[in-house]
Amino acid sequence: MRLSSRLTTGGRINRDRPLRFRFNGKDYQGFDGDTLASALMANGVRVTARSFKYHRPRGIVGHGPEEPATLVQLEGEDAAGNCPATAVLLREGLSARSVNCWPSPGFDLGGVAQVLARFLPAGFYYKTFKWPGWHLFEPSIRKAAGLAPAPAQPPSSGHFEARRAHADVLIAGAGPAGLQAALEAGRAGKRVFLADEGSEAGGSLLNRTLSIGGRPALDWVANAVAELCGMENVTHLQNATVWAYREHNLLMVNERCPEQDSILERSWRVRAGEVVIATGASERAMVFGGNDRPGVMLAASVQAYVNRWGVAPGKRVALFTNNNSAYAVAADLAAAGLIVTAILDSRRHIPQAALDLVPDLPVHPATVAAGIFGHKRVRAVLAAPLSGDLAKWIRCDVLAHSGGWNPTVHLWSQSRSSLRYDEDLAAFLPDSAVQNCRAVGAAAGDLTLDRIVAGGADLPYAIEPLWRVDVPVQRGRAFLDIQNDVLVSDVHLALREGYANIEHVKRYTTGGMGVDQGKTGNINIIGTVAMQQGVPIEQIGTTTFRSPYTPVSFGAIAGLREGTVLLPYRHTPVTQWNVDNGAVMYEAGARWQRPGYFPKPGESLQEAVNRECRAVREAVGVYDGSPLGTFELKGRDVPRFLDFIYSNVMSSLKPGEGRYGLMLSDDGLILDDGVAFRLDDHRWLLSTSTGHADVVNQHMEKLLQTEFADWHAMITTVTSQWNNATICGPHARDVMQALGTDIDLSPQAFPFMSIRDGMVAGFPARVARVSFTGELSYEVNVAPRHLMALWNKVMEAGAPFAILPVGSESNHVLRVEKGFLSLGHEVDGTVDAYDLGMGWVMSKTKPDYLGKRAVMLRRAGGATRRELVGILPQDPNRQIPEGAPLTPAGCKEATEGLVTACVWSVVNQRWVGLALLENGHARQGETAHVRLQDEVIPVSITKPVFHDPDGTRLRS
Amino acid sequence: MLLIPCPFCGARSESEFIYGGPVRAARPDPNVVSDADWVDYLTVVPNPLGPVQEHWWHARGCGEWLTIWRDTRTHDIVEAPDEIE
Ligand SMILES: [Zn+2]
Repeated sequence: MRLSSRLTTGGRINRDRPLRFRFNGKDYQGFDGDTLASALMANGVRVTARSFKYHRPRGIVGHGPEEPATLVQLEGEDAAGNCPATAVLLREGLSARSVNCWPSPGFDLGGVAQVLARFLPAGFYYKTFKWPGWHLFEPSIRKAAGLAPAPAQPPSSGHFEARRAHADVLIAGAGPAGLQAALEAGRAGKRVFLADEGSEAGGSLLNRTLSIGGRPALDWVANAVAELCGMENVTHLQNATVWAYREHNLLMVNERCPEQDSILERSWRVRAGEVVIATGASERAMVFGGNDRPGVMLAASVQAYVNRWGVAPGKRVALFTNNNSAYAVAADLAAAGLIVTAILDSRRHIPQAALDLVPDLPVHPATVAAGIFGHKRVRAVLAAPLSGDLAKWIRCDVLAHSGGWNPTVHLWSQSRSSLRYDEDLAAFLPDSAVQNCRAVGAAAGDLTLDRIVAGGADLPYAIEPLWRVDVPVQRGRAFLDIQNDVLVSDVHLALREGYANIEHVKRYTTGGMGVDQGKTGNINIIGTVAMQQGVPIEQIGTTTFRSPYTPVSFGAIAGLREGTVLLPYRHTPVTQWNVDNGAVMYEAGARWQRPGYFPKPGESLQEAVNRECRAVREAVGVYDGSPLGTFELKGRDVPRFLDFIYSNVMSSLKPGEGRYGLMLSDDGLILDDGVAFRLDDHRWLLSTSTGHADVVNQHMEKLLQTEFADWHAMITTVTSQWNNATICGPHARDVMQALGTDIDLSPQAFPFMSIRDGMVAGFPARVARVSFTGELSYEVNVAPRHLMALWNKVMEAGAPFAILPVGSESNHVLRVEKGFLSLGHEVDGTVDAYDLGMGWVMSKTKPDYLGKRAVMLRRAGGATRRELVGILPQDPNRQIPEGAPLTPAGCKEATEGLVTACVWSVVNQRWVGLALLENGHARQGETAHVRLQDEVIPVSITKPVFHDPDGTRLRS
Repeated sequence: MLLIPCPFCGARSESEFIYGGPVRAARPDPNVVSDADWVDYLTVVPNPLGPVQEHWWHARGCGEWLTIWRDTRTHDIVEAPDEIE
């Protein structure tokens, strides 16, 4: 295949390593060292994209992250959307497609949108996408104007990685200024982290033909890189973009193509003592009619394609500039054999040093480009003298333009350091730093090599700003933001409609809101606003620079922290036994894995749950209660601490006794329910609900450390120090006896709500008589290493009584039958203890405890309360979905409550439920109505207990 | 992400801490305070434009509850204002 635009020599590509790639379904060939953009250009592909709004044909404009026009979607293994073609390194087999056009950028059906362009002015989205009509427009607009879709699949091999690093000095950018800073810091023995977004170090020197000390500047670069490589205190990364500057000198760095094949991208979080911002400068566009046509390119980018990639973007190049840098470009192009047909310079007086660089080229002072002839590629440029003399067409196939240079101050601004406008450079420069950072080189406004490296030879910079071309002969649309298709006229419209603040102009026009974030065009928008309002540009200011500097994939941010790596599951020693015995495993709060139920082959969920529930009610069951939050509190002030955090009195407990209680927050909400046991005078054991263990721990620690720092009370989390098998059911005592224990199990010696230490089945154990099922229960706590052995002995000892393991589904049924609370079901942040029929838990004797005053204050208001009741569907076989609303008489009216739980009760042989219902306590015996979408279900209101209302079984 | 000074562990990354909210006025005696003052105590949370004292818990570190003064405009951790000290 003929590489039509490739120069025969030169460039930093390896002509011995050809690479095949596909673009929009066609096969091409490039070389190692190419980007997708340079390879396309070498193949003579000029129309590479269609624009966002108007679907105009677009080509490649830039050569780096500033590229506004050509976004591609990568296909296959490393699928990704919206990548600038200039940032995609070529590799064998790469397959890419332009976003935004179908079927191809050359023949784009969406191009008819151009005809409709007058219906799409600035603010179109604000004016159109609002209720009630927006849904009529949305689908078709999204389809027509969408960017690339997200990849359908994650990468099939490889993974993302996140790492942390610490550095004395972080340097962003390995151009001449960054390398210089790295050498200085490295030689001084500092820990240096040098990161650069390009594939090799050198920055702009790679694109130019400068010298340092009489030798090629790239020799200096190679020497610097070699010296840094020899320093153990220096980490030097290429293909690594510093994309965010956060608080306290934390910087985010995204490294693409790290050394290891298995890693797709690596995300670094670097905490730096000092930050050196050596991010260079980026060239800005000129604003004139037709400035978006394929072949209209940034001047430095044309230079880069010639010098770095050995590609001629065209044969006949015209340049348009307002500053000196384009003269060095012209000289390089001429030296490479391209024909420079004209240099249009908007300045009347051009510095002699610039003219001396191009003695043989036609320079037109005080002349601007006022139009482009050609649709899918440039054929001529309209050169319009500012004097008003006759404009004339000059032939060219590339127009290279330079509107001057913007120091890349993104990171500087993200650090919240301030900017100032510099009249001489016509650019915003770093001013005063608020974090420990400094800008160097072009980023600091030193735009030429002689000001950065000793011995560097460069043409001095000089500019007369031209924010937009404004001559009567101008023809065609002038774009301020090529990616988002924002015109000069759009900015004028925004100003007319009252959007005068630059941040409002940005949002109203969408100028600068594309993937490129307006790197080439924002300054011209600011300049256009300043011109229109007749004020100096520094009064307009800039929009806020936000991270990321360039797009970052979500995968790189997350690294390996996905799924169970981010939030690992927690297991008890019985997990494997549960799985081996056919348990369906659930996540039961705080990432604990617990068995949901144990189905036999062919058995449904309901059948399995009924079987397990019957075992507990009629014989005996066992479950693993280890995930309950458990805390040991020690110290002489624990009693008064517990009296403060629980609504009831705990201090009166005697050693060996326990009590159920509610913990409230000071605003009266129920934080948790649980049980406190007194082990001896100064030692207590608290159990909390599984899901709230961490919150309760935080709550208690905060109070003890910040409010009662002089109280003697220490908290130790012992959730994972004690695991338990909870044996429950009428035969629980028989199983305990069969296991063998030195604890007296008689109800007199070991009553309900007490705790005993002793040996059980040969293991040291702490046994608590608590019950979450309403049956006689022994919670046998042992060391985790003993739990599995204990469990096997329990199953063996329980076999004569037909013991069954029970899962969380059955636990739910059993607690609903008893009307025991479940946080998150019956307790939702609006109810208090009185609503739950638990007024007894609110101490009348304690003058103060957390939440008391708030609850009293709220109840004194006399508002109607939703109260906990039991409900019986009048059709006993009718199940009610949990969460279903209750409405007055079942009408479509405001709800008066909701169903919090509904289960099939094996003891009642019917569906039973719990509900929160307005004035529910006073309405017992009445009928309430569940309102579903197409149905009303009448339910009888009862007390919230359906089994053993006196608690004789649980105390037995 | 802040770098928070822990009195025991030194400067540590914010990801090791859990935010505990701003330091609030001392809890009034609920048995003597007026309803309005009690509601204020529960609901009015300091939220200044400038330095605010706040609680942080070194939960993934030593477990200390500590306070810092943080400037809400800059995230800088600053000295306690004179009039408070
Ligand atoms: Zn600490």
